[in-house]
Amino acid sequence: MHQTFDAALGINLLHANQAGANHNREHFDEWGITCLNIMSSPGAGKTALLEKTLATLSDELKIAVIEGDMTTELDADRLRQYNVPVIAINTGRSCHLDSKMVAGGLHQFVHNYNPEEFDLVLVENVGNLVCPAEFEVGEHGKVALLSVTEGEDKPLKYPVMFQEADCLLITKLDLAPYVDVNIDQIIANVRQMNPTVTIIPVSAKTGEGLDQWFDWVRQCQRSQSQSLSLQLPHTHTHTHTHTHPAILEQV
Amino acid sequence: MHETDMTRALLNTISDWWDAQPDRPVIEKVHLIVGQFTCVEPVSLQFAFEVQTRDTFLQGAELVIQETPLIAYCHACQQEYRPEYGLQYACPTCHAPMEDIRSGRELKIDRIEYSPQPATR
Repeated sequence: MHQTFDAALGINLLHANQAGANHNREHFDEWGITCLNIMSSPGAGKTALLEKTLATLSDELKIAVIEGDMTTELDADRLRQYNVPVIAINTGRSCHLDSKMVAGGLHQFVHNYNPEEFDLVLVENVGNLVCPAEFEVGEHGKVALLSVTEGEDKPLKYPVMFQEADCLLITKLDLAPYVDVNIDQIIANVRQMNPTVTIIPVSAKTGEGLDQWFDWVRQCQRSQSQSLSLQLPHTHTHTHTHTHPAILEQV
Repeated sequence: MHETDMTRALLNTISDWWDAQPDRPVIEKVHLIVGQFTCVEPVSLQFAFEVQTRDTFLQGAELVIQETPLIAYCHACQQEYRPEYGLQYACPTCHAPMEDIRSGRELKIDRIEYSPQPATR
């Protein structure tokens, strides 16, 4: 006789990824690092933004970059000029970073540097407006970029990314006069689903708006490190003793 | 392509459950709840599931997907409404932003139907 049983699970499909993301975040917290996950479609200007960010902020904050948007080392090489550690993750054909890949990157990072000396880790995600929004990597904040050339309707068509973002940068502002774009409309479309997001129009080329972005990053890093120090006394020893076998295979 | 990765995440989660079962049962059906306000396309997910479970412990298992619509609640109007995905998310009555999503964000493995391993003789 064929007997069938039923197990009620009710677990999130992304349970395994979420557990890994929480684990990464525990490490960041332990090291006193703020982590930002930077996401956009391909070509919106993530790497250009990072270049400007490193050029200005690496004097005052100790920064490392986890570079996922690549099948080559091209982007990573562009960023290494700023004398910050750039951990390149070869994502292969994957369309987003997941928490396991970032854990692999963190292992490389702690192998070569003392993480406690760092303030900020910037994760450059794979260029894609869809999936990165669903896969947390252990970040404290999500930053989305939308370039003026992509059109006002993108937040409506790819709402999850824009709904999840803590900061939205409208990039390539210098091109706005040449491409029939209504920036107020972009902002209104985003506000429909995310009324609290910080929206900053910027141009990495002319520098417009970048000071506001730098301030946002500073503020984010400051409030994160303050909230960590408020959790004192931090007396527990780190209890997990796993060997990270699956992660090390990737490195 | 992203359904491939989503399926991998699904398989990892089911595999964790299966490994924790002492008798490693035969999984017959996996019931998913997939909301409209997620990055998952059910048809692509079905296809990816079929391909990626070949020659695994899930070979032959059926994926049953229940879709849930996007429903938001407007606190100003004190009523639920259905945003038009891709067009309009704010409340159609008072235009307040969509802040409280009541349905549509689900990406859940609801339940698993399984039978005991056939006894080897």
